[in-house]
Amino acid sequence: MTVPDAPSPAPVLVTLQLNGEPVSVAVPPHWTLLELLRYRLGLTGTKQGCDKGDCGTCTVRIDGEPQLACLTLAVEVRDRHVETVEGLGVGGEPHPLQEAFARVGAAQCGFCTPGMLMSASAYLDKLTLEDEPVVRREDIAQALAGNLCRCTGYTKILQAVEEVAQVVLDRQRELAESTTEEP
Amino acid sequence: MSAVRDNVSRGRPYAVVGARHGKPDALDAMAGLAKYADDIALPRMLHAKILRSPHAHARIRSIDTSAAEAMEGVHAVVVGAEMPTRYGVIPWTPDEQALAADKVRYVGDGVAAVAAVSEDIAIAACKRIVVDYEVLTPLTTPEAALAHPENKIHEANKHGNITKQVQLAFGDVDAQLANADLVIEGHYGFHGSTHAALEPHCSVAHVDGRGLLTVWSATQVPHYLHRELAKVLEVPTHKIRVIQPQVGGAFGGKSEPFDLEFVAAKLAMKTGRPVKCLYTREEVFLAHRGRHPFEMDYKTGFAEDGKILAVDAKSILDGGAYSSFGLVTTYYSGQLLGSPYVFDSYRFDSTRVYTNKPACGPKRGHGSVQPRFAIEVQLDKAARALDIDPIELRRRNFVGENTTTINEFHIGSSGFLECLDLVEQASTWKARHGKLPRGRGLGVAGSTYISGTNYCIYPTDLPQSGVQICLDRSGRVRVFAGTSDIGQGSSTMLAVVAAEELGVHLDDVRVVAADSDLCPVDLGAYSSRITLMAGNACLSAARDLAGKVRQAVAKKWLCQKRDVILADRRAQRLDDPDVWMDITEAFILAEVEFGTMGSTGSYQTPREDVHGEYRGGTIGASPAYSFTAHIAEVSVDEETGDVRVENIWCAHDCGRALSPVLVEGQIEGSVYMGFGETVMEHHHVMPSGLRTDGKRRDSGPGKEGLLAHSSLLDYRMPTTLDTPNLFAGIVEKPDPRGPFGAKEAGEGPLHSVIPAICNAIFDAVGVRVDELPVTPAKILAGLRAQRSGGA
Repeated sequence: MTVPDAPSPAPVLVTLQLNGEPVSVAVPPHWTLLELLRYRLGLTGTKQGCDKGDCGTCTVRIDGEPQLACLTLAVEVRDRHVETVEGLGVGGEPHPLQEAFARVGAAQCGFCTPGMLMSASAYLDKLTLEDEPVVRREDIAQALAGNLCRCTGYTKILQAVEEVAQVVLDRQRELAESTTEEP
Repeated sequence: MSAVRDNVSRGRPYAVVGARHGKPDALDAMAGLAKYADDIALPRMLHAKILRSPHAHARIRSIDTSAAEAMEGVHAVVVGAEMPTRYGVIPWTPDEQALAADKVRYVGDGVAAVAAVSEDIAIAACKRIVVDYEVLTPLTTPEAALAHPENKIHEANKHGNITKQVQLAFGDVDAQLANADLVIEGHYGFHGSTHAALEPHCSVAHVDGRGLLTVWSATQVPHYLHRELAKVLEVPTHKIRVIQPQVGGAFGGKSEPFDLEFVAAKLAMKTGRPVKCLYTREEVFLAHRGRHPFEMDYKTGFAEDGKILAVDAKSILDGGAYSSFGLVTTYYSGQLLGSPYVFDSYRFDSTRVYTNKPACGPKRGHGSVQPRFAIEVQLDKAARALDIDPIELRRRNFVGENTTTINEFHIGSSGFLECLDLVEQASTWKARHGKLPRGRGLGVAGSTYISGTNYCIYPTDLPQSGVQICLDRSGRVRVFAGTSDIGQGSSTMLAVVAAEELGVHLDDVRVVAADSDLCPVDLGAYSSRITLMAGNACLSAARDLAGKVRQAVAKKWLCQKRDVILADRRAQRLDDPDVWMDITEAFILAEVEFGTMGSTGSYQTPREDVHGEYRGGTIGASPAYSFTAHIAEVSVDEETGDVRVENIWCAHDCGRALSPVLVEGQIEGSVYMGFGETVMEHHHVMPSGLRTDGKRRDSGPGKEGLLAHSSLLDYRMPTTLDTPNLFAGIVEKPDPRGPFGAKEAGEGPLHSVIPAICNAIFDAVGVRVDELPVTPAKILAGLRAQRSGGA
């Protein structure tokens, strides 16, 4: 028997792509994606800092876009592709952002880091030589403006993203040059 | 102790100390693998919620929990009467209860708690608890609380609503003020601010199969938590295990026990099931223990050459509902005022007052950030009046090295002058100061801070820090320490010290920290104590083991122990680099010779010249002091009153930077935090029936003491777009008391950023903002006064 003020409606089935794998899971319809990830699927890398969309620690990528898992209902990600920090590295190797964050000391307590990495990876994936021939710190700051960090003053975070962005653009430039050389 | 003598230099370059490494375990956080308290999930775990008072000041007539207990899914309810023992992190001022039993003292005081199968049900059950309150007149300002001593917030308190008063005098202040060529008087207001660590407080408790109450908590003082849990729950310490998992920032906001730890533990004991209690963001703001609001009256006498002759400081501290660390805060408000300068005479009179608001406590730069603001602005005013460059004025007053201050604190090394030089150069001060166009300005300030306190919070002759180290046959090193890594990197620091001494790489060291069942005691992450204290304990243990390893290798090589060094995963002949063996082989040789390789080290403060010989002379006494200088550059929009902080240069003397990357991180984070509370943040509690927009509430009385911001959006901590360019400069003046000469880096670099910004605003537009925070309204009011010919 349920009491009126304690909501426990019947769970609904949600099927989604999670870090490249299909997942089917039953969740209460009022649950957020954050609750689904953390408390049902055990993916605790995505953090809860405020539960109301202010801090950005729960940032995940939904179909590539950085989104706040605490403001997204679990049922909203049906048939969509959700990426979390756990899926960021490839083949056991850390993502270049993860490597750079670790190397330059961009994480102190590490609590904002997963969300920060997801926002930064979305920024990087959109970086193209055509749109943005040079890395601009203001653009990175803009891309990370929704992610609060209380430890670092953002300095080393911006530095880490800047370094990786530079590598990305350099690679694109090399690629562009090599294709123009070979007609 | 030879370890202390050898701390600074051993005549050869370091292999690990001072290298630009990150944290060895950083990739765990990157991959989402690091486990914070809320990441812990145990089978059959219940969720607890705490019912909080809607009144700022009220007596509890009765609590009826029957309807909540009757709910399906509710397993237990607890009220204050079940945990009546009063506690407090400072043992002399136990004025808190786990849950309020007789009285609530701020909006948000915990009254009862529920454990249920889900958080939703726990929240619903809290709503069914009926509390009968007798509402009392709330006192939300120190003035009101002082004016109404008969309306006692704590009935047992001796003197009305005064929680602590400290009056200390050194030298003849009145005579010196009479002799002074210049006397500057000023009134300064420092608003409240809070830590706002991104991880909300969370605690999980469970009674394990052997009857051991295990409490995981997002705390920075697991040892004090252990003691207070035992006291309040009436369970002996040997039946309690406290584990601090990864902590998502603290900054002083997790440096004492909170209601959720007692609640989770009590409910776990009552139900026999694991219980988790996680604060909402609003509860984090209510738990607070942040920076005290101060009202300060300062009178400072100067000689014509800028020398400080006398300081007369009077401060009122708005303490909020409980004592917290307030006794210490009240002392720090005056005791840490002098250095980095020489005061010929000074006195202070500080009074901390209870109010019906969330309790204030220690925030990064505990108790000394507010007075630092006042004195550094006083110095700036004097520099203007005496026409002395403000950097030069500070140089002239430099306290010096290896000296004793007028309040009898021993200063060892000091790189304050080098800090001033560095920020002066980095900011191109000489070329620009006084030459910038109106609207743009530069300001300077300096400060000092402690590297731990000479005395523990509770009286004891036990060590302040203990470390145990074991060597492994595989060439790995295990360090066990009670230290609390809250993101500042204390575990990395221990790994650096151990790796340096034992000749291994950082990756070869595993630090097991902050588990009361596995680690020797360390007092916790507060007062910037861990690097100096736990670092020394670690050094002592590692040095003992390294000596045995070198002895075993020397025996094999038929040479002297002193001819063997350990570095870069090798044991090596000092005089012949071609003679070496793998460190694993060296560790095995040592184990063959001496048996299993383990050692302990402990740190106790030096027993000579440790404090002033007067009441209170122990508070603020530290083994070593750090030094800092800041220069801020601002631009002020005279149309809107908007202040844009463009650049902040900070130079910090941390003795020896064991991990320069981490020290820079501490400097940058400190500067950021100080910047935020200067121009953006305000932990604001509504004084009397007023809404944030200034209009009166319709709902009338009973709403005083409400938090004006319950979210991070309203609290306005700076984002990437708000934060100025930060320059972090490290100055190294090794102190013989620190491991390898290291002093603190985590709190000192916050202090003087605040007055530096305010001094820069004056430089830009000639407006003094002596009441923080800086707001456009205050700038515009100052500009209006300027135009109408007022000061």
